[in-house]
Amino acid sequence: MIWAAVLLGSLGCYLEKLFGFILPPTLLDRPMIRSVAALLPIAMLSALVAVQTFGAGQSLVIDARLAGVVVAVVALLLRAPFLAVVLAAAITAAVLRAFGFAA
Amino acid sequence: MTRSSDGRRRPITSSAIGIGLATGAYGLSFGAISVASGLTTIQTQTLSLLMFTGASQFALVGVLGAGGGAIAAVLTAWLLGARNGLYALHLAPTLNLHGFRKPVAAQLTIDESTAMSIAHETTVAASRHAFWATGISVYVLWNLGTLLGALGASALGDPAVLGLDAAIPAGFLALLWPRLRDRTAWAIAAGGATVALVLTPLTRSGVPVLASALIAVLAGYRLRDRT
Repeated sequence: MIWAAVLLGSLGCYLEKLFGFILPPTLLDRPMIRSVAALLPIAMLSALVAVQTFGAGQSLVIDARLAGVVVAVVALLLRAPFLAVVLAAAITAAVLRAFGFAA
Repeated sequence: MTRSSDGRRRPITSSAIGIGLATGAYGLSFGAISVASGLTTIQTQTLSLLMFTGASQFALVGVLGAGGGAIAAVLTAWLLGARNGLYALHLAPTLNLHGFRKPVAAQLTIDESTAMSIAHETTVAASRHAFWATGISVYVLWNLGTLLGALGASALGDPAVLGLDAAIPAGFLALLWPRLRDRTAWAIAAGGATVALVLTPLTRSGVPVLASALIAVLAGYRLRDRT
């Protein structure tokens, strides 16, 4: 099942790129296509942040992940690089759990 | 002539390598998070080699890891990758590709190579060089980073204890951050997060993130005459 997702997902993402080189550039003249494709990452990445911070199956919970994300926001405001942001979040959650402050 | 074009190429090549190194660090966290989400090292590496578009890769493993199922994971990855098609449409006239270069360039069409190519659109030669140098540099270093991250995470233990589950939303946030440039972007982000959270208790895992795409469609429809 994971392999199917990996291969099918990869094939689709590659074809999206390839079609861009094959289809006529006049497609770019359609403002609706342009704006939706540009806005999709904003809506969906934000949804992923929310679900991965609070989601636990079908329930919403507050746990050490939230503290990690708050620290990530601070790191981003300080213009930290990607790896530092991700590490800061992981370390925050791991430390809170190690000392029993959060689930 | 040769000297002056070399003079213009060198700074582009070095920024391309710099961007590749920074992206290699993302690759490191992708490799670790993917393995922590339950994929094997080979599956993780396959994603970086074949899918090669960061947000879609993170989303695919994130949805799978949260139990969202293969269909939701694939659809989420495709929707996030749609922008690459748009980049290709924009780049096609400048790159003017023929033969085997077309399918190769397609694979290298991502945020970074597109941004570098557009930033050097003053001359066609510089723009092409920026695309290829950045694409190749990011491809190599992203894959190297993925491998190191995946092997590193395999060597470590329970991901929740280590806090890698908190690294996943932090990674998505870091991908989202540079896109939050204006009030419209913030509104769309807030809308997407709200839709996803409201739907989480009501639908099966994976659906909430897909449904957030509707916010982008609605906003895109309303803003269609503004861009």
